[in-house]
Amino acid sequence: MDYDLIGRVFVYFAMAAGITVELSFLSMCLGLGLGLTGALCKLSPNRWLEMPARLYVSVFRGTPCLIQLFVIYFGGPQIGLQLEPFPAGVLGLGINIGAYMTESIRGAILAVERGQMEAARSLGLSKSRAMVKVILPQAACLMVRPLGVNTIALIKGSSLVSAISVLELTYTAHRYISSTYRPFELFILAALFYLLIISIASFFIRKLDQRFVLLM
Amino acid sequence: MTGLDFSVVLDYYPVMLAGLMWTSILCACAIALSLVGGVPLALAGISRNRILRSATGFFIWVFRGTPLLLQLFLIYFGLPQVGIYLSPIVSGIIGLGIHYAVYNSDVMRAGIVAVETGQHEASRSLGLSRAQTMRKVIIPQALRNVTPALGNNLIALLKESALVSIITVPELTLAAQRAISETFRPFEFYLAAGVIYYDINYFLELGLKRVELKTALSR
Amino acid sequence: MVKVINVCKRFGPHEVLKGISLEVRRGQILVIIGPSGSGKSTLLRAINHLEAVDDGEIWVDGVRVNRPLKGLKFEKHINKIRQDLGMVFQQFNLFPHMTVMENITMAPMLLKKIPRKAAEEKACGLLEKVDLMDKVNYYPAQLSGGQKQRVAIARALAMEPKVMLFDEVTSALDPELIGEVNKVMKKLAEEHMTMLIVTHEMRFAAEVADHVIFMADGVIVEEGPPRQLFFNSSHERTQRFLAEVFK
Repeated sequence: MDYDLIGRVFVYFAMAAGITVELSFLSMCLGLGLGLTGALCKLSPNRWLEMPARLYVSVFRGTPCLIQLFVIYFGGPQIGLQLEPFPAGVLGLGINIGAYMTESIRGAILAVERGQMEAARSLGLSKSRAMVKVILPQAACLMVRPLGVNTIALIKGSSLVSAISVLELTYTAHRYISSTYRPFELFILAALFYLLIISIASFFIRKLDQRFVLLM
Repeated sequence: MTGLDFSVVLDYYPVMLAGLMWTSILCACAIALSLVGGVPLALAGISRNRILRSATGFFIWVFRGTPLLLQLFLIYFGLPQVGIYLSPIVSGIIGLGIHYAVYNSDVMRAGIVAVETGQHEASRSLGLSRAQTMRKVIIPQALRNVTPALGNNLIALLKESALVSIITVPELTLAAQRAISETFRPFEFYLAAGVIYYDINYFLELGLKRVELKTALSR
Repeated sequence: MVKVINVCKRFGPHEVLKGISLEVRRGQILVIIGPSGSGKSTLLRAINHLEAVDDGEIWVDGVRVNRPLKGLKFEKHINKIRQDLGMVFQQFNLFPHMTVMENITMAPMLLKKIPRKAAEEKACGLLEKVDLMDKVNYYPAQLSGGQKQRVAIARALAMEPKVMLFDEVTSALDPELIGEVNKVMKKLAEEHMTMLIVTHEMRFAAEVADHVIFMADGVIVEEGPPRQLFFNSSHERTQRFLAEVFK
C-alpha cells in the first residue's frame, strides 16, 4: 500500500466525489420529473399519452444504460445534438432512471386504495385535483423505498459516464492509475468514497421513510 | 451533421454477430456463477456463526455499495498488482458473476426467511438434520418464491454486461465501437446494438415468465 | 329531491340493476335493505355517478345527473352535482395524510373558496355535532372505526349537501361502535336532512326511515312505510329475508 500516494490524491478524489454527487442529484431531479410525467401518462385513459409512455419505459429499461449514453454523446452530433460530457451524462442517466421511476411511481399510485379516489370525487373534486390533493401525497409516502433503491442504483450507475469522459470518481481513479500504475490503492480509495456517498444517501432515505411510515 | 444511413450496419453484420456471440457466452457464464455463488452467500448470511454472518454482511455491503464498473476495474487492472493476471473475458465473467451473486444472495436469503417456521419444525420433528431440512424442504420452497426477483436480477445482468466493453471484452458494445471506429457512424451502430440488447432482453423476459409460470403451477 | 327512473346497470353479462325507479322528497329518509348482491350499493353509487348506468335517468334537485355530455363538459357537470351529494362509505375512506381538520376543510376551501378561518369554524361546529371536538388535530390512523366514520360524516356535511348518501356505513365497525355512528345519523334525521341509507341494521332502519325499499336481484321487490314492510309484509321474498335477518 502506497499511503503517500493516497494522501497526495485524496483531495482530487474528494472533489471528484462531489462531481458524482452533483451528477446523481441532477439526474435524479430529471428522472423524478420524467417519472412523474411518465406515470401519469401511463395511467391515462388517453391512448396518445399512454402509448408513448409505455414505449419510453420499454425502450429505456430494455437496453443498457451505457448504450443510451453512447447514443446521446457520440451519436447525438449526427442528429444535431452536440453536448458536453457532463450535460450528456445528466441527460443519459436522467432519462434512464426516469424510465425506472415511471414504473415505481405508477406502482405507488396504483397502491393507493381505490376508495380514496372515490371519496375525493364524491366531494366534487375533479380527477386532476383529487390526484394532486389526495392520491399523490399518499403515493409519495409509498414511493420513499423504491426511490431509495433507485437513488442508490443511480449513484453507482453514474460511474458509467466515465466512459464518456466525465471527470467523476471512477474516471478520476482511472486517470490517476494510468499515471501512477497503482490500481489497487486508487480503486479502493474510490470504492470507499462510493460507500460513503451511498451510506449517507441511505441514511437520509431511512429517516425520510420513518417519517412517512408514521404518518400512514 | 451527416445524414443517417443504417445500411452500413448490414455491412458489418459479421462483426456484430461475433459481438452477440461473446455477449451470450459472457452472460451465460456470469449468470451461472451468480446463481451458484448466491447460494453459499445466502446460507452464510443466515448462519448461526456470528463471525461468518457479519463477514458475509460486510462483503455484501461492499459489493452492493460500489459500482460494478469499479469492481471490474479492480479485477482487471488491480489484480495484476498482486500477481494475478486474468484475461478480459474471465475478468468480465468473474466481475459480473460476483456482483450479481451478491444481489441474488439477498433475494435468496429473503426467500429462505419467508418460508414458514412451521415447515422447519415439521421436518426437524421427522428427524431430518438442519442441513437436510434446508436442502429438502426449505430451499425448494424458497426457490419458488424468489424466481421473479431472481429473474429481474438476470435481466439487469444482461444489460450491465455492456460495461465489460470498457475492459476490452469483445462483446456486442465493443463490436459496435470497432465498427464505429472504421465508419464514424456512432448513432447507427449504437442504435443497432441497442436493438439487439432489447431483443435479447425481450426473449429473456419471455423465457423467465415461462419458468415463473411453471414454478407457480407446481405449487 | 332525488328521482331515479328506470335505471339499468350491467357488469359484463351480469345485470345488477334491472329497471329501478324511486323518488325521495325533500327531508325524506329512504332506507334501502336487501341481501348482499342485490344491487343496493350499486344503486346508491349510481346516484352520484361513481357507477355509470347503462340506461335510465337520475335526477337530483331538478338536474339530471347522467346527462349525455362528453368529456370535460361532463366532468364539470358531475363535479358540481357531487358537491350537492354527501357520500359516506363503508370503508370510511378518510384521507390518511391529512388531520381530521384538514379532511373536513379541504373540499370547502378548494371548491367553494371559503377562507380557511371560516372553514375551520364550520368544521369545529360539525365536529361538535359528531362529538369529536377533542380529535381536531389527530390523523385518521389514530382514531377508532366509529370515530373515523363520524369524521367522514362531518367531512361530507362540510360541503352543505342537499342529500346525504350512506353506503353500509356501519358494516365495517365492531358491534360496540355502531351505536355512536347511528346516533349521529339520527341527529341528522331530526334536522330533516334528506338521506338515502343502505344498511343491514334493521332495527335502525325501522327507527329512522320514512320509507323503506326492499331490493333483491336488481329489482325493487317491495316498498312502503317501515311499519308495513317490517311487520306486515305482503311479499314472500321479503318475509324470507326478514326471517333470516331476525333469526
